[in-house]
Amino acid sequence: MRINCPLCGERASDEFSYLGDATPGRPPSGASLKEWHDYVYLRDNPRGPHHEYWHHVGGCRAWLVIHRDTFTHEIFDVGLACDIEESVG
Amino acid sequence: MKYSLFNLIRNTFSGHSRWTPAWRDATPKTHYDVIIIGGGGHGLATAYYLAREHGIHNIAVLEKGYIGGGNAGRNTTIVRANYLLEGNQPFYEWSLKLWESLEQELNYNVMMSQRGVINLYHSDAQRDAYVRRGNAMLMHGSDAVLMKRDELRDMLPYLDYDNARFPILGGLMQPRGGTARHDAVVWGYARGADMRDVDIIQNCEVTGIRMENGAITGVDTTRGAIGANKIGLAVAGNSSRLAAMAGMRLPIESHVLQAFVTEGLKPLIDHVVTFGAGHFYISQSDKGGLVFGGDLDGYNSYAQRGNLPMVEHVLESGMAMMPSLGRLRVLRHWGGIMDMSMDGSPIIDKTPIDGLYLNTGWCYGGFKATPASGWCFAHTIARDHAHRYNAPYRLDRFMTGNLIDERGGGPRPNVH
Amino acid sequence: MKEAAYRNSAGGLIDRDRPLKFYFDNVSYQGFAGDTLASALIANGVHLTGRGFKYHRPRGIYTSGTEEPNALVELREDARREPNTRATLIELYDGLSAMSQNRWPSLAFDILSVNNLLSPFLPAGFYYKTFMWPKQFWEKMYEPFIRRAAGLGRAANKPDPDRYERATLHCDVLVVGAGPAGLVAALAAARSGARVVLAEQDHRVGGHLLSTSTTLDSKSAESWSDDIRTEIEAFEDARLLTRTTVFGYYDHNILAAVERLADHLPVPGAHGARQKLWRIHASRVILACGAFERPLVFGNNDLPGIMLTSAARTYAMRYAARPGSRAVIFTNNSSGYDALADLAAGGVNIVAVIDPRSDIDSQSIAQAEAVGARILNRAVILGARGHLHVRGVDVDAAGVRERIDCDLLCVSGGWNPDVHLHSQTGTRPVWSPDIAGFIPAESRQRELSIGGAAGQFDLANALITARQRGLDAARECGFMSSAFDLPDVAKGSSAYSIEPLWRVAGYHGKALVDMQNDVKETDIGLSAREGYKSVEHLKRYTTLGMATDQGKLSNVNGLGILADELGFSIESVGTTTFRPPVLPVAIGVFAGSSRGQHFSPTRYTPMHDWAVRHGAKFVEAGQWLRPRYYPRDGEDMLAASCRETLATRNSVGLCDVSTLGKIDVQGADAPEFLNRLHSNGFARLPVGKARYGLMLREDGLVLDDGTTTRLAEHHYFMTTTTAEAAAVMAHMEYYHQAIWPQLDVQYCSVTEQWASMAIAGPNSRAVLQKVLTRIDLSNEAFPFLAATEFNLGNFRARLFRISFSGELAYELNVPAGYGESLWQALMNAGKEFGITAYGTEALGIMRIEKGHIAGPEVNGQTTAGDIGLGSMLSSKKEFIGRPLAAREALVDSAREQLVGIRCNDSSMRLYAGAHLVEPDKAAVIENDLGHVTSVTYSPMLKTWIALALLKGGTTNIGKTLKAVNPLMKHEVNVEVVSSQFFDPENTRLHV
Repeated sequence: MRINCPLCGERASDEFSYLGDATPGRPPSGASLKEWHDYVYLRDNPRGPHHEYWHHVGGCRAWLVIHRDTFTHEIFDVGLACDIEESVG
Repeated sequence: MKYSLFNLIRNTFSGHSRWTPAWRDATPKTHYDVIIIGGGGHGLATAYYLAREHGIHNIAVLEKGYIGGGNAGRNTTIVRANYLLEGNQPFYEWSLKLWESLEQELNYNVMMSQRGVINLYHSDAQRDAYVRRGNAMLMHGSDAVLMKRDELRDMLPYLDYDNARFPILGGLMQPRGGTARHDAVVWGYARGADMRDVDIIQNCEVTGIRMENGAITGVDTTRGAIGANKIGLAVAGNSSRLAAMAGMRLPIESHVLQAFVTEGLKPLIDHVVTFGAGHFYISQSDKGGLVFGGDLDGYNSYAQRGNLPMVEHVLESGMAMMPSLGRLRVLRHWGGIMDMSMDGSPIIDKTPIDGLYLNTGWCYGGFKATPASGWCFAHTIARDHAHRYNAPYRLDRFMTGNLIDERGGGPRPNVH
Repeated sequence: MKEAAYRNSAGGLIDRDRPLKFYFDNVSYQGFAGDTLASALIANGVHLTGRGFKYHRPRGIYTSGTEEPNALVELREDARREPNTRATLIELYDGLSAMSQNRWPSLAFDILSVNNLLSPFLPAGFYYKTFMWPKQFWEKMYEPFIRRAAGLGRAANKPDPDRYERATLHCDVLVVGAGPAGLVAALAAARSGARVVLAEQDHRVGGHLLSTSTTLDSKSAESWSDDIRTEIEAFEDARLLTRTTVFGYYDHNILAAVERLADHLPVPGAHGARQKLWRIHASRVILACGAFERPLVFGNNDLPGIMLTSAARTYAMRYAARPGSRAVIFTNNSSGYDALADLAAGGVNIVAVIDPRSDIDSQSIAQAEAVGARILNRAVILGARGHLHVRGVDVDAAGVRERIDCDLLCVSGGWNPDVHLHSQTGTRPVWSPDIAGFIPAESRQRELSIGGAAGQFDLANALITARQRGLDAARECGFMSSAFDLPDVAKGSSAYSIEPLWRVAGYHGKALVDMQNDVKETDIGLSAREGYKSVEHLKRYTTLGMATDQGKLSNVNGLGILADELGFSIESVGTTTFRPPVLPVAIGVFAGSSRGQHFSPTRYTPMHDWAVRHGAKFVEAGQWLRPRYYPRDGEDMLAASCRETLATRNSVGLCDVSTLGKIDVQGADAPEFLNRLHSNGFARLPVGKARYGLMLREDGLVLDDGTTTRLAEHHYFMTTTTAEAAAVMAHMEYYHQAIWPQLDVQYCSVTEQWASMAIAGPNSRAVLQKVLTRIDLSNEAFPFLAATEFNLGNFRARLFRISFSGELAYELNVPAGYGESLWQALMNAGKEFGITAYGTEALGIMRIEKGHIAGPEVNGQTTAGDIGLGSMLSSKKEFIGRPLAAREALVDSAREQLVGIRCNDSSMRLYAGAHLVEPDKAAVIENDLGHVTSVTYSPMLKTWIALALLKGGTTNIGKTLKAVNPLMKHEVNVEVVSSQFFDPENTRLHV
């Protein structure tokens, strides 16, 4: 795969490492054990479009949120995790 | 028809025209006591043991494609029971015991070959971890042997002992481990289940799960609706998608794992050998191809094929371990979809939905688990409670903290 | 050396001025530069080159290309032996030596050909039905025999002596295949200005045209092709890769290719690589891989002397090697006729064309008449005759039987477009009834096929399409150009026509579908009868298409026969999945130079050279090499590390700790960030103080530990363990960027920037004071956990009073480039105190004596409570991992927790990995209480001691247990003690 890093441009995927689903929000202070369990352990795991965290570990070290199809591996969009998190709030 | 040398000879004289199908191509009935979704090794074994051990015969196995077309037919065929943790080892040892008599049990030669599985170690810390594990195996009644470097050199002369970046110091061997012919396991269980009246229904994809008042009533399929009292999911790679049909989210990610085979060769590797300074395992099939694999590609995927970086990475480990591999040629490489769980261990359990049972999370160890997985899943479905071998494989263990994390990788499936 | 009796005296693309000597099965022959091994053998009249996989039937050269199923040889010798090498792809070099394989004692007389007689008992899958009794016989008898009989060639048993390279190419347009279509497409794209890569498997361009007498613009095929090659190579942005097979199509238009740099030479040149792996990142891909001719399925269709018509034509035209003198052609399509003139020109007398069709077009009839060949229509070959070579065929022509003698039988069952790369994109090819073959489907990637690969077999039309596709691809990349004139193609052939024939009815003898895996026509019927009806079941049950040719020849015939048996159409049967590589690829080239010592980078500390000069023994710590111990005359590891420990505890020692991860953290929110990362507090750490910190993962288990120092109000310096340095850095980046981007904090890994050395022992202060004369190191001025940053000469240095050994100790950090000189300065200053360099072994001894945790205790399975650090979980703040660390099973007091154990008998030793049971209990899992994590001999306590994780932890102190180690057949009674074995009050730390 090739990933278009917003900071570095298009690079081969072997420069990146993968974390996983970027959809769940980290529970707020005082959240229940169940909320934490769901956040840390449960996944939608769709076959199709998926928002996910990648780390440009062999490049600029930016954490990215990539919108990618888990079946075709097509990438629709790449953003910086910090921008997305800030825009969400 | 019973398989035997006698029948083989007898059929020879009729030009092999009288062999009957190994299993019937069943058409769906309107209702079953139990529907197993997924005609892989685990699903077919479950149906087999439901019929064989629990006297349930009104069973259908629904397969969206052809049986054994998922990971049962894509793996590197390794059979072993060399686990560390108390949650795992009794289950896998039981599985190995079932393997040891599977041919006679099924009257189908699955070519179970106990050639020995060897995990190499390259540091004192790794040796200590293997000593801990080997002792746990022995204390569980399994077999384990610690091999020193010189013993390994005699047994596996082709490894790189002299110029390795991470020198080979020794290995932990399980002599009873080995390989089996993966497709034959599927076909053997299918034939055995079919003989016990189980309906094996191919090209039948489940499109919905029917429930009333929180209890299972049946499934919708590409071949119509089918009623059922109980449904067992054994759909490695697609567990999350099926569970979603019942409104559940699972502690599972789907990942692609690649496997490789070389051109056929005269006997070269007698054992299953696992590299300890990278992720690489290799054995030789009876047909002569070297069969090997390594790490996950690392990203969520439902595509049954991987990418080039991991291909290179796996073969780097291969060359580091065994530099005479260089001139041998990769014939084919392919991918399978793994249900990666959050602690690297499987789940065989009831679900909060009445009549819905779950068998998932095999990561890349599902093949060797096939017999015990079927056995335990059948027990859980028939009796509505876990057998002691699968009692630790609970769905709620992440809530309680009863993790079964052999690698200590934590809730990051791509490191397990 | 024998004369090459079947070499025509003229013609061919061989260099007659360069005769080459070569050996096959130790017999010497002569060939020419430009030959393949296969063409040179045919020129010498050698057809018998192999034996079948299962029935050991004699086999000859069947093709002239990558799809060769029979002529597989062991090429080269010893460490360079390459089994299963296709003779059709081996470029001849002087002195080449090849051996036939899978036969004993010889090719002409092979003992296991008895299998051919036994074959009625050995149908597809026979082994699933037998070999089950008695139970133990499988491993002992049946399987070893099967394994020896199976397999093909023998692998080399020594490390591969050759080098391999890997490289990456970026281009606008990749064209795969330099046949006529590929050449024109590449030329069109190159003329547009696009960056073009043209990859060709052969060493010369022209593709199948080189096997024909076709002329283009009145030029010969080779000179027309070479002219285009010259033009393409002249473009600065175009690149032609010959001897290069594009074998894999991966996501996002990344393709993999192997360039055979030196396989045409006896050995690679000095410092030259044998092969190179190209990763090609292409914006657009044009596949011009051509097509494969199909065999026909009839009796004894695998006899030597039977080959594809296209192969016979290639040998006759390109290599001037006569594949036979008297030929019969068996074809169901017009292309068989197109070859006749060239075969005749190559000296082959064509006696008959056998054609199952009733209507044959006039052009084809004219072609046959032109060479004086009879045409038998509505005719099939029931069987070939001969033992080691074909001697004749039995023909059934509309019910009339006839025997025709021949020494060459050319077959053509139609053509399969090479859709392999296309299909790897994740799509499946579709059936085209027009050509009775599978053609590319709509693509999943930015790729399309042209020419034969697209099922376009008419040259003139293929060139028009190729030009357009080349221009289109370039235009899509932003390069504009206009069309150019295409060559006039001499029109001699008819429009392609075919009537599929999957198998001949009523054949006699064996009819092979997959020659390489010995899958017979009857096996397919058996498979269907037994319920293995899916095309994948057929493949797996019969092994059809699983041999080294991956079914290039056999698959479509197999599918046709299966469809017949099931009464389905071939399109509903479908194909199996196409998998990379297109052609088997050497394992070595995937690994490139990453082998041996270069498997993984080696990291050296700044003081590495000093350690080497002082005889250190090293140990791998991940990628790092660390001094393990510094032996003196004859000392073993235990003796040396005990001496180093005693010297440190009694006076002073110096240890290189540069491999610890170091992270510089700055910013207004640095205190808050570190507070959230750690389970214990860092916000209120005073400036100039260090603190031991603990980090959890989000799931509540321990991630890592280390010391963090506050250098200034908004400036911290953090250390991690060697093993977890990278993971901790990524962890911080994740939480900062993805979870808390609003925090004003910056951090950077500085592991490589600083050399770190620990100076420990009662005399450490005295030694250090000699070097750091301007700093007051007294306990009052610089107490335990004090830290300072200062100028030392012309650089900044940092000093921390921290201790892993339990002694009065300091850690000194200086810029990496000054590491060795500072180290030397300390060694010099410490001479009067007998300062001793110590390695990781002594470090380990002292940490176990002090009960400090390390990797064996922090293994990803343990909680803070398990390792005695439960009190470090702050109850006053939130931190990563806090909520899930509170789960019931993680706070269960019955969990295995850290304790010390020691041998009751000091003469007995301990082993890490031993399990703990009650002294009178057996070593079975029901009695398991825990396990031993870290073990050492303690020179201070003069006994073996260990850390262990034990159910109930310190509540067991004082108990006697048994450390059982059945794996090493060892057990010993131990006493449970505190994990702080030595100086539990830490008096030595605070002096």
